[in-house]
Amino acid sequence: MTPDVGTAAAPARGGAVRTWALALIPLLLLSGLLVWIARSGPADAVLGTGYPPVERLAIGRVVLGDTGITVDVLNDGPDPVTIAQVIVDDAYWNFSATNGTTLPHLGQTRLQIPYPWVHGETHVLRLVTSTGVTFDHTIGVAVPTPKPDLAAVGTFALIGLYVGVVPVAIGLLWFPLVGRLGRRGLDFVLALTIGLLLFLLVDAGAESLEIAATIPGSFQGTALAVFAAGAAFLGLEAFGAWLQGRRRDLRAGGASGWLLALLVAIGIGLHNFGEGLAIGSAFALGEAALGSLLIVGFTLHNTTEGLAIVAPLSRDYGPSARPPIATLVWLGLIGGLPTIAGAWLGGFVYSPVWSVLFLALGVGAIAQVTVQILSQVAEGRPIRRYLAEGPVVAGLAAGVGVMYVTGMLIG
Amino acid sequence: MNPFPLLSRRSWLQAAGVGSLLAGAGAVTRLSGQHQSPVPDGHVLGHAGHALGTVGEVDTSVFDPTAFLTSFNFSHLPPDERVRYYRETPRPDGTLLREYEIFAVDREIEIAPGVFFPAWTYNGQVPGPTIRATEGDLVRVHFVNQGAHPHTIHFHGWHHPDMDGSLPQHQVLPGQDFTYEFVADPFGLHLYHCHAVPLKRHIHKGLYGTFIVDPKGDGPDPSALDEFVMVMNAFDTNFDNENEVYAVNTVAHYHMHHPIRVTVGKPVRIYLVNVTEFDLLNSFHLHGMFFDVYRTGTSRTTTERTDTLMLCQGERAILETTFRYPGDFMFHAHQSEFAELGWMGLFRAVEAGRDT
Repeated sequence: MTPDVGTAAAPARGGAVRTWALALIPLLLLSGLLVWIARSGPADAVLGTGYPPVERLAIGRVVLGDTGITVDVLNDGPDPVTIAQVIVDDAYWNFSATNGTTLPHLGQTRLQIPYPWVHGETHVLRLVTSTGVTFDHTIGVAVPTPKPDLAAVGTFALIGLYVGVVPVAIGLLWFPLVGRLGRRGLDFVLALTIGLLLFLLVDAGAESLEIAATIPGSFQGTALAVFAAGAAFLGLEAFGAWLQGRRRDLRAGGASGWLLALLVAIGIGLHNFGEGLAIGSAFALGEAALGSLLIVGFTLHNTTEGLAIVAPLSRDYGPSARPPIATLVWLGLIGGLPTIAGAWLGGFVYSPVWSVLFLALGVGAIAQVTVQILSQVAEGRPIRRYLAEGPVVAGLAAGVGVMYVTGMLIG
Repeated sequence: MNPFPLLSRRSWLQAAGVGSLLAGAGAVTRLSGQHQSPVPDGHVLGHAGHALGTVGEVDTSVFDPTAFLTSFNFSHLPPDERVRYYRETPRPDGTLLREYEIFAVDREIEIAPGVFFPAWTYNGQVPGPTIRATEGDLVRVHFVNQGAHPHTIHFHGWHHPDMDGSLPQHQVLPGQDFTYEFVADPFGLHLYHCHAVPLKRHIHKGLYGTFIVDPKGDGPDPSALDEFVMVMNAFDTNFDNENEVYAVNTVAHYHMHHPIRVTVGKPVRIYLVNVTEFDLLNSFHLHGMFFDVYRTGTSRTTTERTDTLMLCQGERAILETTFRYPGDFMFHAHQSEFAELGWMGLFRAVEAGRDT
C-alpha cells in the first residue's frame, strides 16, 4: 500500500470533507439500524405478538366552567391509546374530544365533559381506554376555574403584587439602615442574606423535585430540574462576568456590590416566578381557604427577599451615600414582578412541567448568587475562617431561623 | 391519593393566604367563588341529565343485545346455521331430545362503545346462548373447549354428579370435549356457568348463560306474551376486583339508546338472572309499574308483587307484568352506582297495532 504522503499536510478543504464524512457515517449506520428495528420488530421476537400495549395517560389541566369539565390529556406511554369512555363519579358521562380520542405517543387532546359538578365538592374523573385500562384524576375542591378575562388578569396581577412586589419593596427600605452598619454589622446582615438564600435553595429544590416526580414520565422531571438548575447557575455566571467586564471598561476597579445585588434580584425573580406559577395554579385548581395568620407569615417570609437584595449594595455606598432611587426600584421590580407573570401563567395555562422548570431555574440562580456573595464578603479571607466569625455565624443562624419560623406560619 | 398532586402543602397554603388577603380586600369575588353558583340554574347544563351514559355505538354485527333478549336455543340464527348448534328429536314418551353444540372460546368482546374486554365465552358471546327445554326433556350438550384454559359447564338443576362440571376431574382441558346429559328438571329459571378454578375469574370473564326449563303441559301460547332474557352482569376491565361496566346482557347503557319494544296490554315475562361478580347483590327496578315475582321460576304462584327486586349472586327470578300505558319506562339496578355505570335501559311500550 502506498503511503499517502499528503495526509499529514492535507489541505484544509480535504480535511473538512473527511471530518464531515467521519461524523456522518455513524449517523447513516444508525439510521439504517433504526429502519431495520422498525421493520423487523425485535421486541416482537422476544415477547411474541399480541402482548398488551403499554397504556399511560397523563391528565393535565382541568378546567371547571359553566358547561362542565374540560380536561387536557397526554399520552405519556410508548403505544397509541384510545380513550373510549369517560366516567365521572362512578357514572358514564357523555364527552367530546377536540383532537380525537386516539392519541399517539405524546399526543394530546382536550375532553369536554358536560358534567354538572358541585361547588366545593370532590369529583373523580376516570378515563377508560379501549382495552379497559382506567386512569383517574381527583378534583379536590371544585370551584370555577378563572377565565383569562380582563378582571382575572387584573386579579392575578394584584396577587403577584401582594405576594412578590410589595414584600420585596418593603425589604428594600432597609437599605439606609444597612448603610449605617459598621463592619461587624454588615458581616451579620450579609450572612443573614446567605442564610435566607440557603433556605430558599433547599426549599425550592425540594419542591421542584417533588413536582418533578408527579409530571408525566416522558418529561423526565428529575433530569429537567437538575439540569435547569445547572443551566441557570452557569448562565448567571456568564452574565455576571460579562457585566463586570463591561463595567471595568467604564470604571476600572469598580466595586461589584451593585452587580451582586442585580444577580440576587434576578435569582429571586426567577424563584418568585416559580412561586407565582404555584399560586396561580392553586387558584386555578380551586385550592384557596381563609386564614389571616397565613398572610402574616407569607408577608414576613417574602419581605426578607428585599433585604437580600439590598445587603450587597451597601458595599458600594458609604453610610452617607445612597444609590439612586431608580436603581432600587429596578432591583425591586426585577425581584418581584416575575411573581405576576408566574401567577398569570399558572392561573391560565398551568402545567406542572413549567413549575419544575422555573423552580429549578430559581434554584440554580440562588445557588450562583450565594456562592458569589460568599466569595465577595470573605474578601480574601479563607471562607472557612470567615464562616466561623461570630457575626457571620449569628447572621447565618438568624437567616435560616427567620425563614424557618415564617415558613412554619405558612405551613 | 393526594388530591392536590401538583402542589406541596406549603404552596397550597401560600395560595390560601393570598386568597384570604384578597378576600379581605374584596377584590376577588369571582375567584373565591363564594358569591355565585358555578352552574347557573337552567343554563347550559340544565340538560346535563341527558348527558349521562356512554358515548358512541357498539358493533352489533358481532353481538346484538336486542336479538339476545329473545333468542332461545339459537332461535336468532337462520335455520341452516341453527341446526349446527341445536337439534331436537322426539322421543317415544313424547318428550324431546335436545342436543346442543357449545364451545368455549377466548374472544375480545365490546362491553361499552369502544371498550374491549378479553373475555372467555360460550360460542363467542357473553352471556352464552340461552338454553331452553321443557320439563322431562333429555338435554345433551356436547362441549368443546377451544379456549386456552381448562373449562367446564356446570348446570343448575337435577343431575348426576358426573354431569356436574365442578370437580377437578370434570375439567375439560383445552382442545378436549365432553358431553353433558341430563333430564331437564325441575321447571324454572336456572343458570349454567363454568366451574373451573379460579371460579371468580372463570365466571366474570364471561362463561355463563341462562338455562330455562318450562313446565310440562299447559305452557302458555308463546305468541301471547313477550319474553325477554336479562342477565345482569358486570366487567372488571382493569383487574382491580371492582367492576367498571355493569349491564343487562353485557353492553353498558345499550337499551337507553335502543329501547326494548313492548306492546300495551300484552303480557311481558322477564327471565332475570344475576351473575354479577365482586358485588354481593344486584337488583332490578322498573319505573311506573309493578310486576309479579316467581323466584327461581319453580312455582306457578307468585310470591311477591313489587317494583324492585334484589338478587344475590347466582339468584334468578321470573318477572311478569303488563304495560298499561304507552311510552318509555326506565328499568335499572336500584344501586345507583350500577345504573350509572351501565345497568340502565328503557322499555318502549306502543299501542297494539301501532307497532311497526
